[in-house]
Amino acid sequence: MGIYLPIAEISVNVFVLLAMGAAVGFLSGMFGVGGGFLITPLLIFYNIPPAIAVATGANQVIASSFSGVLSHMKRGTLDFKLGGVLLAGGIVGSTGGIFVFAFLRRLGQLDLFISLLYVVLLGTVGGLMLVESVNALRATRSGAAPVLKKSGQHNWIHRLPLKMRFRASKLFVSVIPVLGLGAGIGFLSSIMGVGGGFIMVPALIYLLKVPTNVVIGTSLFQIIFTSAYTTLVHATTNQTVDVVLAFLLMAGGVAGAQYGAKAGQRLRGEQLRALLALLVLAVAIRLAIDLFVTPPNLYSLTATGLN
Amino acid sequence: MRGPKAFATAILLSLLAAVVPVKAQTPPVEGIQIGLSTDNVSITAGFSGADLTIFGSLENPDPLVARQGRYDVIVVLEGPPRPVVVRRKDRVLGVWVNLESETFENVPMSYSVATTRPLQDITEPNSYKQLSLGASNLYMQPADAGDSPATIEEFTAALRSRKTATGLYSENVGGVQFLSQNLFRATVRLAPNVPVGTHKARAFLFKSGVFIKESSAQLEIRKSGFEQSIFRVAHNYSFLYGVFAISLAMLTGWLGRVIFRKD
Repeated sequence: MGIYLPIAEISVNVFVLLAMGAAVGFLSGMFGVGGGFLITPLLIFYNIPPAIAVATGANQVIASSFSGVLSHMKRGTLDFKLGGVLLAGGIVGSTGGIFVFAFLRRLGQLDLFISLLYVVLLGTVGGLMLVESVNALRATRSGAAPVLKKSGQHNWIHRLPLKMRFRASKLFVSVIPVLGLGAGIGFLSSIMGVGGGFIMVPALIYLLKVPTNVVIGTSLFQIIFTSAYTTLVHATTNQTVDVVLAFLLMAGGVAGAQYGAKAGQRLRGEQLRALLALLVLAVAIRLAIDLFVTPPNLYSLTATGLN
Repeated sequence: MRGPKAFATAILLSLLAAVVPVKAQTPPVEGIQIGLSTDNVSITAGFSGADLTIFGSLENPDPLVARQGRYDVIVVLEGPPRPVVVRRKDRVLGVWVNLESETFENVPMSYSVATTRPLQDITEPNSYKQLSLGASNLYMQPADAGDSPATIEEFTAALRSRKTATGLYSENVGGVQFLSQNLFRATVRLAPNVPVGTHKARAFLFKSGVFIKESSAQLEIRKSGFEQSIFRVAHNYSFLYGVFAISLAMLTGWLGRVIFRKD
């Protein structure tokens, strides 16, 4: 069944979009990520203009994150204070990102920049996660007890000034890296249309040493607001948010997410992380290939004046 | 699914003109008229392209010429003009990057042609150039005339071929049929991604390969109902639209959890 997208201005198949949303929702529920890093490239592969894919992806992320936060709130695995500080940084980063986005779009380099960012970030994060999770899997298999966090084991981040106490996370840490992390994620959110969970989660765990159980809830919490802000700014400055497209993705996504979350409970942490790492790497490789393979059309047209 | 609608159109028959007696000494001058029954076409949610039928008539046709089939008609539906940037990708360190670009002014967003016969059989390439008629003869005006002619030519060709590949520039040979000596029907294609705005329908009359006359009419193509409202709101009330998009996302997220919850 075809439907005309009012903002993207093309006809697409409703079922393809619903299925896309459901598949990504399933994975995002399983891994506890927003799924924006999958949705945006998929939309681009489906010929949605990248600018619209990014803005709509940000909108879609709100739905899946909101759905996830509700269950984390119920379980009490959410650090509001930490989320709030991350958010403050996120707003600043997102605002900067929007300007860069509009600038690159005028220059005709937006699509390339989006792809490059995806390849670099997904490649790095996916690679690191894969190495880490494979090591963890090996360690458990060889019977060695997992290395526990020693109290004296602090990295340079913990020596920064302006410390703040986050009770729910049992953390006493400088606000500088927290704000910085938030800003970085906000920037990526507005340029890549992602929530940033795939960076936020490992960063909170490995850099800030936030306990794993509050990481996902807190990350989702701040993602809701960062993506909401990004959506709003894209809607007002670039008019690139397509609600019809977003709604179809969300509808499929929220349904898929609940099933995915259940499936995820049956897998162990390291296994989940290894699978997620493989998935992230696969997307990165697919996008990287597109950068290097001779495009079928060397020429592209952009109508200016309107839109 | 709403299938492609044929937009039936009727004629403003100026047949009376053909009946008006003319002085025997002066050979009658042929004319051409086209008419549209509607001056606007709405694109709905299911729009997947359509054929638009335009009727028209010849004035004062010479019966002998008509019988020999030496009258040719070319009908063009031209989309709204807009500036277009054509960019070319080149390899930089193995990665394909947009490097060179050329901006053209007033490029018709779409250009559908219907003809009685193949273009090359109707008249000389030169007269197409003069009339700026046909997708491959359409004059593209570069914004910066100082660029080298070779560059301009290259990007003009690229612009045409991209437009053709996306179905926005199309040619329907045999799309114009004479129903009688005076009356003809032209079928032009509207691509699924036909741009909205004011389109111009133009009809060109040729007699034995010589251009005689042109006539034109206007047609408004717009998004209908729901899509149009969304588009308008997104552009005119963009802040509220953003707030709505966010609320919709939250509501969907909440509903999804209520309906599908598994924990």
